[in-house]
Amino acid sequence: MSDLPRRISGLVLLLVALALPLVMSDFWLQTGLFVMATAIGAVGLTLLVGVAGQLSLGHAAFAAIGAYVFAWSTGESTTSVSGLGLPPVLGLVLAAVVSAGVGAAFSPIAGRLRGIYLGLATLGLVFVVRHLLVNLDQWTGGFVGRSVEPFAVLGFSFSNRDPDYLAIAGVEFSGLHRLWYLFLLLAVVAIWLASNLRAGRTGRAWANVRDSETAAAAMGIGVAGAKRSAFVVSSAYAGVAGAMLALAYGRVAPDVFSLTASVDFLVMIVLGGLGSVAGAVVGAVFVTSLPLVLAQYSSALPFLAAPGSGGLDPSTAARIVYGLAIIAVLVFLRGGLAGAARRLRARLRPTPAVGQPAVAAPSRSKETTR
Amino acid sequence: MSYLLEQVLNGLSYGLVLSLIAAGFAIVFTSTGVLNFAHGSIVLLGAYLVAVLHDSIGFWPAVLVGLAGAALVGVAINAVLVRNLADKKPDTAAILMLGVDIVLLTELTRRIGNQVLTLGAPWGASVVRFGDVSLPTGRVLAAGVTVVAFGALWYLFSRTDLGVGMRAAAADGPTASLMGIRLSRTAATGWALAGVLAAVAGIFLTSFPAPGVAPTVALSAFAAIPAWVLGGFDSVPGAVIGGLLIGLTSALVTGYESDLEPFLGSGFGEVAPYVVMIVVLLVRPSGLLGSKEAVRV
Repeated sequence: MSDLPRRISGLVLLLVALALPLVMSDFWLQTGLFVMATAIGAVGLTLLVGVAGQLSLGHAAFAAIGAYVFAWSTGESTTSVSGLGLPPVLGLVLAAVVSAGVGAAFSPIAGRLRGIYLGLATLGLVFVVRHLLVNLDQWTGGFVGRSVEPFAVLGFSFSNRDPDYLAIAGVEFSGLHRLWYLFLLLAVVAIWLASNLRAGRTGRAWANVRDSETAAAAMGIGVAGAKRSAFVVSSAYAGVAGAMLALAYGRVAPDVFSLTASVDFLVMIVLGGLGSVAGAVVGAVFVTSLPLVLAQYSSALPFLAAPGSGGLDPSTAARIVYGLAIIAVLVFLRGGLAGAARRLRARLRPTPAVGQPAVAAPSRSKETTR
Repeated sequence: MSYLLEQVLNGLSYGLVLSLIAAGFAIVFTSTGVLNFAHGSIVLLGAYLVAVLHDSIGFWPAVLVGLAGAALVGVAINAVLVRNLADKKPDTAAILMLGVDIVLLTELTRRIGNQVLTLGAPWGASVVRFGDVSLPTGRVLAAGVTVVAFGALWYLFSRTDLGVGMRAAAADGPTASLMGIRLSRTAATGWALAGVLAAVAGIFLTSFPAPGVAPTVALSAFAAIPAWVLGGFDSVPGAVIGGLLIGLTSALVTGYESDLEPFLGSGFGEVAPYVVMIVVLLVRPSGLLGSKEAVRV
């Protein structure tokens, strides 16, 4: 079976994403920014957890490192916090590189442990990084965090200034629109890279290590090295996601990157289907936008109460919904949404006529994930 | 000197409470292979039941309800969710428990709200004096109850058919099953035991010197994870040792915080258990008393 239908649907989605900012309100633009940032983080995590089979609860810690490295390297020094004042493009690269570096520094642990044991070790990372963020206040701004400079390339700013007013064919492009296209570019590159990594030699080695370390070693795959590389790649993804979150908020603070954020990333990839890049993106759309949308429209929804009134407030409702969603997916829906989609496609495909070779077999053997 | 002694005793009694939670992690892990991320919520649930019920039915009946409730929830999670997982692997089970934890903890947090519920424990805020060292009565009691609980666990695992069956099931499930041990029963017993231990720990974690039942209790129960990892994943005695070490570490780091602050920063007491855990995993990935995992081809 050719990849044509999949490519066409990808292209259509991309065109829709390009056109959406022209018709959406600021609330939906902002939601879209958060979705794209977390989607990149989720794609990185699905490579580690879904493809390489290593559980990580420390994803938020690496996102925090990316966010703070970006804020620190691009920010100007003030009386309270220091900064390097580097160009934002360089800051973004630094965010990815430093996160990956910390991931590599963690590799003596990441290379030896596997599965849930690694999950427990990375649980500690979240708390240690949070402690550092609060205490290294000359760089991080402590509890209250620090503000983030808007993104800019060669004097063109991705905010409402510089140029103050930008309109193409009569449509105004405000800061949110400009950031949307920047994020879309980053997301497309990240997804493309991840799909290729997964389908290529590296991804197959990771999947082999997940399925059986002994078998992988017998095939000539360096098991510790494969686990380490999966961890480093996913850390770099988390770093970029963190820097994007910092840009979307315009501010970084330790509470954004709590254990809850790590768990949210895991929820995204499980809902979408472990190991599926598209699934991770769908999961990110659901988990990130649900609380925002419920909060925005809480007055129109009769079962929701205002925050603090003791009733069911939007963020509580969102958490219960996706807690139940993850239980339902794990109990009823093998392989998450991606697995369900795969089964649906297989059912819809016309059964081959008698005498013709079965067409399903080759595409099955190409599958590197569940 | 008495300050040091007080910190050490405080740390040991707190560590014993942690070891109750850590033992729960170890028992659930050995009996069903599940990393129970919802354990913190079960600790909170036990304490919450006692706090809500003690006014109407009295403290001791409320304790019984709390223990039974926590045990039942554990058994139900195992019977309804864990046994019906579409993909029975440790990683999937761990993520399932994260989902259960989100639901339980969010609902309990919503019910508790911003208030801090009192437990109504009869020992109140009293203090016991030994010479020039004073300890909260709740902590002394906690130490006593924990020692009794571990005595009972030892008896169960070494002297009763049920406990020996549980050990056999943990060592080799299929073979134990062929020998006539009912795995569903050993698994349910494991979850129930863990629930009871969690509720006991919850009661001591929320009575004096702690302010009362608040959602943060579930997070402080997380501090038992390093204790469990430190002791070894499948060892109850290891959980005791790990709990004592973690309790001592955090009590001493918190007690001498003013001296440590210049180079470790403020609030290091909360992080110290995790630092210890990372170091231990680096040197001994299977913990202090844990058995190394054999790989079958």
